Amino acid sequence: MKKIVILGAGTGGTIMANELRKVLERDEWSITVVDKDPNHYYQPGFLFIPFGIYTKHDVVKPKASFIPAGVKFIINGIDRVEPDKNTVYLTNGQILEYDFLIVATGTHINPAETPGLLGREWRKSIFDFYTHEGAVALQNFLKTWEGGDMVINIAELPFKCPVAPLEFAFLADEFFVKKGIRDKVNIYYATPLSGAFTKPKSSKMLGELLQGKNIHIIPDFYLERVDDENKKIISYDGREVKFDLLTIIPVNMGADWVARSGMGDDMNYIATDKYTLRSEKWENVFVLGDASNIPTSKAGSVVHFASDVLFENLMAAIEGRPLIAKFDGHSNCYIETGFGKGSLIDFNYETEPLPGTYPLPGIGPFGLLKNTRINHYGKVMFRWIYWHLLLKGKELPLESQMTMAGKEL
Amino acid sequence: MAEKVYAGKAVSVTDDGYLTDPNQWTKEIAIEIAKEEGIELTDKHFAVIEFIREKTLKGEVLTIRTIGKSGMVDTKGFYELFPGAPLKKASRIAGIAKPSSCV
Repeated sequence: MKKIVILGAGTGGTIMANELRKVLERDEWSITVVDKDPNHYYQPGFLFIPFGIYTKHDVVKPKASFIPAGVKFIINGIDRVEPDKNTVYLTNGQILEYDFLIVATGTHINPAETPGLLGREWRKSIFDFYTHEGAVALQNFLKTWEGGDMVINIAELPFKCPVAPLEFAFLADEFFVKKGIRDKVNIYYATPLSGAFTKPKSSKMLGELLQGKNIHIIPDFYLERVDDENKKIISYDGREVKFDLLTIIPVNMGADWVARSGMGDDMNYIATDKYTLRSEKWENVFVLGDASNIPTSKAGSVVHFASDVLFENLMAAIEGRPLIAKFDGHSNCYIETGFGKGSLIDFNYETEPLPGTYPLPGIGPFGLLKNTRINHYGKVMFRWIYWHLLLKGKELPLESQMTMAGKEL
Repeated sequence: MAEKVYAGKAVSVTDDGYLTDPNQWTKEIAIEIAKEEGIELTDKHFAVIEFIREKTLKGEVLTIRTIGKSGMVDTKGFYELFPGAPLKKASRIAGIAKPSSCV
């Protein structure tokens, strides 16, 4: 019996378990999935919790419901992997050997990396919305907050879902307007980037949206520490920004077991061939999604598109064929912009987000780099698609390769 | 893209003033680009620049944090050497491409 071990049962690990179980003979291949958390979180939904739009029930379901029959699911921590011995060691002492390993343990916030962040103000006036607990704590805070300086800060690049802090800013603006206290709230957006976003066209469009909503960008702000006594964030070049409410995207890092296994870089990301999605060092190790160091967004849409390529290449490796499927870095993100509207960006390794229509050229229905109602509904509908189709590896009417059709240069 | 003359040598640069070909780089060119950034290069600057060149040309993607953790220079020191935007300035002086976040 040959063995595939999948580390992580998030978006990527779950898709792979479903895809592989459909094609690999059960009497020839065992598939085992390991994850320390019994809950599957719909992470794009965390954004809506602080504003009371989504509740726990919208974003949390048991992981086991998405793992197919015929796949062994172990809920336990990973101590380390010894890739030269094809062996995974779990924290409970259990040992798993593998013929092929798929790493899909993602990236997570690491607030301890920033001095002062986990001090007395953590979850009192400082919140994250990248964890369920953080998002709920922020929701409770916002219920009674009467206004002041709200600072949104990104501590480090790269981070998961690069548009989420922008969406948070837009939704916060709407929330305070509807509450009737927008004139009592100053919103600041302190980012290590030189503008609202990375690439020129989208940065301009999103920067103008921020400006139009009176959200102040503080560019090139690289966080050194939080002064929790005086409620200030301080950058390496000595700039200080005062806050009454700080919403922070803490330093993101790959899983701890990657460090314990000596398989990653300083940020615990695993060196991965950006086209084949195979580890650069170990031929029988593939890396899917945020856990890898491939130069594209850390986001669920990337994981989804990459899973098609990883599947093709893993099957090729199993059958001893060359790995010919190539990932293009395709990413596709809906961006909530507040007041029932949304925008959409679609890009890859080579092509920056451009204006146009998606997925049908000239028709849409979604508008790329446009601010429309239908884009907002796309985001709303996506939650259903995620739970019911995407995780189970069902076909979506979307190509995994990015296309230039429908884009305007 | 444009041509520019540094230290008597014509090199091609991007609109932001970054060399398009890292192989055209010399220490003399670095000194002149640094002057444009208002920086007088010392041995410490050069040690950091050489480090960044070596890593980048090997295909590694550097961030301010990875440089701060490298043991070469700490983050605070990196900011002191190249005030304001250390990775951008150091990359430009090192003759490599403008660092871009990949998101």
